[in-house]
Amino acid sequence: MNSSRNPQLNRAGDLTHLLTLEGLPADVITHILDTAEPFASISEREVKKVPLLRGKAVFNLFFENSTRTRTTFEIAAKRLSADVINLNIGASSTSKGETLLDTVDNLCAMDADLFVVRHAQSGAPHLIASHLAAMGRSDVHVVNAGDGRHAHPTQGLLDLYTIRHYKRDFRELTVAIVGDVLHSRVARSLIHGLTTMQTPQVRVIAPRTLLPTRVEALGVQVHNDMREGLRDCDVVVMLRLQSERMKGALLPSAGEYFKHYGLTVDKLALAKPDAIVMHPGPMNRGVEIDSAVADGARSVILPQVTFGIAVRMAVLSIIASN
Amino acid sequence: MKIEITGGRVVDPAQALDRVASVYVADGTIAGVDAMPAGWRADRVIDAAQCIVAPGFVDLAARLREPGLEHKATLESELAAAAAGGVTSLACPPDTDPPLDEPGLVEMLKHRARVINQAHVYPVGALTLGLRGETLTEMSELAEAGCVAFSNADVPLPDTQMLFRALQYAGTFGHRVWLRPQDAHLARGGVAHDGEVATRLGLPAIPVTAETIALATIFALVRETRVAVHLCRLSSASGVAMVRAAKADGLSVTCDVSVHHLHLCDVDIGWFDSQAHLMPPLRATRDRDALREGVADGTIDAICSDHAPVDDDGKQVPFAEAEPGATGLELLLPLMLKWATEMRVPMTRAIATVTTAPASIIGIAQPAFRAGSPADCCIFAASDAWTVSRDALRSQGKNTPFLDLEVLGRVRYTLLAGQVVHQPIDRADSSRP
Repeated sequence: MNSSRNPQLNRAGDLTHLLTLEGLPADVITHILDTAEPFASISEREVKKVPLLRGKAVFNLFFENSTRTRTTFEIAAKRLSADVINLNIGASSTSKGETLLDTVDNLCAMDADLFVVRHAQSGAPHLIASHLAAMGRSDVHVVNAGDGRHAHPTQGLLDLYTIRHYKRDFRELTVAIVGDVLHSRVARSLIHGLTTMQTPQVRVIAPRTLLPTRVEALGVQVHNDMREGLRDCDVVVMLRLQSERMKGALLPSAGEYFKHYGLTVDKLALAKPDAIVMHPGPMNRGVEIDSAVADGARSVILPQVTFGIAVRMAVLSIIASN
Repeated sequence: MKIEITGGRVVDPAQALDRVASVYVADGTIAGVDAMPAGWRADRVIDAAQCIVAPGFVDLAARLREPGLEHKATLESELAAAAAGGVTSLACPPDTDPPLDEPGLVEMLKHRARVINQAHVYPVGALTLGLRGETLTEMSELAEAGCVAFSNADVPLPDTQMLFRALQYAGTFGHRVWLRPQDAHLARGGVAHDGEVATRLGLPAIPVTAETIALATIFALVRETRVAVHLCRLSSASGVAMVRAAKADGLSVTCDVSVHHLHLCDVDIGWFDSQAHLMPPLRATRDRDALREGVADGTIDAICSDHAPVDDDGKQVPFAEAEPGATGLELLLPLMLKWATEMRVPMTRAIATVTTAPASIIGIAQPAFRAGSPADCCIFAASDAWTVSRDALRSQGKNTPFLDLEVLGRVRYTLLAGQVVHQPIDRADSSRP
């Protein structure tokens, strides 16, 4: 697959797929966040539906398990009046015999308008988008719902939405991202989003085993000491630590991880007094975050989920109209 | 059959020859250069004006995919590709299915290649049974069947004691050992160079230390066993520096590089282009530059195609799941010339990297235009432009990161033991009685 060019923008600069936040212009991001604003209030209305995607078929194509992301995409698409088809394909495409692109071709034949794709391999949504372009199907769109360690752009956007909601101006903020950056698509997407929105300080805090090589090239400051890294932060984003990584070559134990990198009331006191705490979920209480913080006054973890629906509605409606 | 090649610029690294001359071929061997043999009467005259007449190329790594992987390529398709690429001798790695670990497989391969008769095929035998790194193969039997060297292909030996014993055993009988320096553990699960690109794209990475640690291990064992080792496919600046130091130290090692790695780096992966999924991985720009410099200064002895035909199914999957490798036989010449031009390497030196140097590594006679030498020869137009496309490639593998790019350097004729095995379809010159 020749994919030297970022295929998510068409020649007019409109968003036709959402594959990554990397390289997405600030005005496109702002437009998505602005579009999400009125959708956020839809949930307070009696009739929670708008007809923007009426007659469109949205296929949730999940090659990897997910509850939260799939559900919020489903709610978002349904509130836009789309027909939603959920496919939980589970394991990798190859183990099923049918290739990923065969699956896509088959679903295209069923008149899919938009694919929401989650896949364990980095780049899978790019592959699908390149394939659709090669087949001349510019009418079919792809939204990346998380690919390997690469990107989770709607999560990045809902994180930006949450930060903007509580903190207003990105250009005055210090944001710390704490935890398993190495394996995190959430971290990569948020870093690209924040740097594009000109956030002056983005810090990553982790032991060296959980940081990718040359992560500072993404425009972040690296801290191994959490206390030092949290100092005067406006926003603290905690990352999920997968249970299979808690004990082994990367870390000795969940307990020791919590000691150094778990967010406690005590450590949070080093951040600014009005700092907010975010987490993409699902949380491991007592591993990366203490319950007192997760359920505390500065936690905006549940509003993140609510905003996630509005942001996904914005993304789906913008892409389907391009 | 008597063939006269007239008007070409004869470049013969073995004799440091570079001038316009006629080459006379009779009965499969070179009958003379310049001086017309007595009573000469050509059956065929090849007009080589504006062309370079060089010895046929010798490729240290061309996967022909037989036995067992015929859905990717066959001997027929790949030997035609070799002829089209001016390659008259090639070594094929043992990573077939089953691997080349028993004499019957090697004999069959040699036999099939002889019948097709488009290039000399030199199988490299498996160093361990099934390439599993547990049991030595019957190297003497395999050598009798036609293996020129022994290697574990791209599968690293995780067990250093096994590697030590393999070198001792091969050394006992004077067998050549070819090793790809890659630490099995550090490379585990990796698909791209451990650098900014892999970090951005979230691809599992292979650090440079996977190469340097393997090199350090191999050098220590070479010192201990005094067995000469050929190192396959260097990929990093640190690796080149280590080989340079080892050679200066008098260690008997040689090494090669894939022609792709002289031009590409990890940035060429772009947005997950699986055509750029190669093994060893494409590394950073400075690594690529060091490899280019390494061949120019002789640290790296030879350039090879590292030919690996992969079918579309093997590439049209997410990057990490894609089968590594690129088709290379037909790109060896243009990509070698591109390197030579950009590095200002004289033509004789450049051609040596794909003829005399790899021939010494395989252990076959030095290709040369000497009276009596086999007439294996490649006649090419160095500044002829062509576009790399699926249709332009004879190889069954259409997988290359250079697809749709224009390259310079086209093979016009390939002679194998005095027989024309490749010629232009719209041949301008004609046979003349």
